[in-house]
Amino acid sequence: MLIDLCKFLLVAVSLFFIGLCGIMLNRKNIILMLMSIELMLLAVNLNFIIFSVFLDDIIGQIFALFVLTVAAAESAIGLAILVVYYRIRSTVSIEYINLLKN
Amino acid sequence: MYLLLIFLPFLGFIVSISLGRYLSTRGSALVTCSLMLISFFLSVISFFEVGLSRCPVYIKLFPWIDCEMFDASWGFMFDSLTVIMCFVVTSISTLVHLYSTGYMSHDPHQPRFMSFLSLFTFFMLMLITSDNFLQLFFGWEGVGLCSYLLINFWFTRLQANKSAIKAMVVNRIGDFGLAIAIFAIFLVFKSVDFSIVFALVFYFVNFKICFLEYSFSSIDLISFLLFVGAVGKSAQLILHTWLPDAMEGPTPVSALIHAATMVTAGVFLVVRCSPIYEYSPNTLFFITIVGAITAFFSASVGVFQNDLKKIIAYSTCSQLGYMIFACGLSSYSVSMFHVFNHAYFKALLFLSAGSVIHALSDEQDIRRMGGLLHILPFTYVMILIGSLALMGFPFLAGFYSKDVILELAYSKYNFLGTFSYWLGCFSASITAFYSFKLIYNTFLANQNSFKKSVEKAHDAPFALALPLCILGLFSIFVGFLTKDMFIGLGTPFWNNSILVLPEHLNLIDCEFIPVYIKWIPLFFSLAGASLSMLLYFVFSRFLYKIYVNVFFLNFVYAFFNKKWFFDRLQNELIVSPLLKMGYNTTYKIIDKGIIEFFGPSGITKMTLNLSKQVSISQSGKINQYAFLIFVLLMVCISFSLFLIIFDKFIDLELIVLMLLSISFNAVLKR
Repeated sequence: MLIDLCKFLLVAVSLFFIGLCGIMLNRKNIILMLMSIELMLLAVNLNFIIFSVFLDDIIGQIFALFVLTVAAAESAIGLAILVVYYRIRSTVSIEYINLLKN
Repeated sequence: MYLLLIFLPFLGFIVSISLGRYLSTRGSALVTCSLMLISFFLSVISFFEVGLSRCPVYIKLFPWIDCEMFDASWGFMFDSLTVIMCFVVTSISTLVHLYSTGYMSHDPHQPRFMSFLSLFTFFMLMLITSDNFLQLFFGWEGVGLCSYLLINFWFTRLQANKSAIKAMVVNRIGDFGLAIAIFAIFLVFKSVDFSIVFALVFYFVNFKICFLEYSFSSIDLISFLLFVGAVGKSAQLILHTWLPDAMEGPTPVSALIHAATMVTAGVFLVVRCSPIYEYSPNTLFFITIVGAITAFFSASVGVFQNDLKKIIAYSTCSQLGYMIFACGLSSYSVSMFHVFNHAYFKALLFLSAGSVIHALSDEQDIRRMGGLLHILPFTYVMILIGSLALMGFPFLAGFYSKDVILELAYSKYNFLGTFSYWLGCFSASITAFYSFKLIYNTFLANQNSFKKSVEKAHDAPFALALPLCILGLFSIFVGFLTKDMFIGLGTPFWNNSILVLPEHLNLIDCEFIPVYIKWIPLFFSLAGASLSMLLYFVFSRFLYKIYVNVFFLNFVYAFFNKKWFFDRLQNELIVSPLLKMGYNTTYKIIDKGIIEFFGPSGITKMTLNLSKQVSISQSGKINQYAFLIFVLLMVCISFSLFLIIFDKFIDLELIVLMLLSISFNAVLKR
């Protein structure tokens, strides 16, 4: 079965761009940012799976599973850091997270 | 054996400079002297084999620079010219080494001195035995270096430092000429090997090359530039100023380097390149004029000097003038003969002057000497022999070579010949004049020196006397013994090492010039000598009265005493504008201006400004960072795609340059 690669990839790319815009345009909540990152990862996963089907290669799907695992762990860590940060600074607004400066 | 002859002095240098501290002064003197002596014996054997048995030796040691067509190797060539120079260099060097053990015995740095002398000998041997121009240049620079080191031997004396730097800088001008000459030779002949170049000269007579936007005959240009090198090293007019000043060095150095061997390197170069010069009549004309004027000029200055060593230095200069104009008249063999004779009697003169200076506790001014005849009889005899040989007294060394040079000049029967003949005769008489002035003032006049130094004065000890004795014998006999070998009619000795075109050969013509012309040089020098004796013995008071009463004599005296104001002219016309330009333009505008702006301080300024700009963009906002990262990633990816397609049409370096210039522009605007 030959799938129409272009349409499937279009979905993945638009997902990725939605995630990207979420990161770049969002100024208020850092949890939204985390979610956007998840979204981008999902887009990438989708890419893997599409190509796995397209190339008839199982490795892509296995790799997608790996990415899911890592993404789960990463978002757990991210949430943990956020919680600790909220306890210290009592805010999660991105506008005020500028400790990197100076 | 031939390699040993060259490298033994180098061994002496290494041992003496590195182990001199442990060997003690006597030990290092012993090592260097004995190595020099062995080297001398080897050169005698090579003289027999190559010179007398006529078996030239060519040794190719190993390649030095081997790059496409440019091929210079360490090679040695022993032909008649080389072995005769080897003989002169090693014999005088051995004697001077021996002399220095006595002369420098009170100096704590004697090992250093001996090692420099040995190094000089090594470089000189390198110069004369090389078989290509590049190696010759190596030796040439080496002897210049040693000259600098030895003039500056007493490095705490300001005057010695100045003289050493002057010698170095003035020589550098000549070396520059020689270097360009070598470039030109490679450009024309595609080789720097003597044998190749000399074999090819004939085919390049009408070959033109472009130099400084003008088209020159290649042979003329090459020979002229080589002569510039010779002018520097052999102290000819204009570049002669370093030689008298070089007398600041210790006396053995003056004898070895600035009288007998190094200064004759220029003459050697001209003689060695005789196949080139023979095809360039223009340069020969120029050489003759310069040589003759130098001979006359230095003799005239020598009369009015008061420093014992400077008088002899000017006479060296004048004798070098004779050698050079003999070369210009295509009588290279006679020139070499004069080099040979001159080396011995001039070394003798210098060493005995050293003996006088040594005896009088380092007094050099002849006005503060006098009456030394009774204290230093042996030295007096030696100086007398040297002076007589110098002025060409019959049957002493100088007579055979100098008179032949003058006769050859006359028998050219053209402007050049007559010009150089009369200048040569006048300088011969002046030479005799100042030689006897020197003898009178030093030995015969009333005692004028300090009582303290006279009390301690003593005649030469053994280490000083032995070299003097040997050199004295040489000065008497060497001309008579070797005349037929060097310049006898049809002598086979030179064996192709010198080329003289048949139309330039006039050794026969000079046998047919009028007898009174042959007598003129002798009469002139005898007249000069007797005039000097007469003036100083009988009329010295009268001379003083004239000097005081006739007002313009003062200026005349100053003119000659200040060396025709050559040093002053050079300083004021050339050196100080150059110095000013060096400070204002090179230093202030270029070094501290342009280079500084685009170099260290400019770059630091630019980094500071750029980093300020960059730090402004550092907002600390994560979303902005993410945006930047994304955009730049996109740019990189698209650029790499762009590169893949347009790779062949783009010069990456140009783009880098463009970016750099943009950043500079940003800096400039701030």
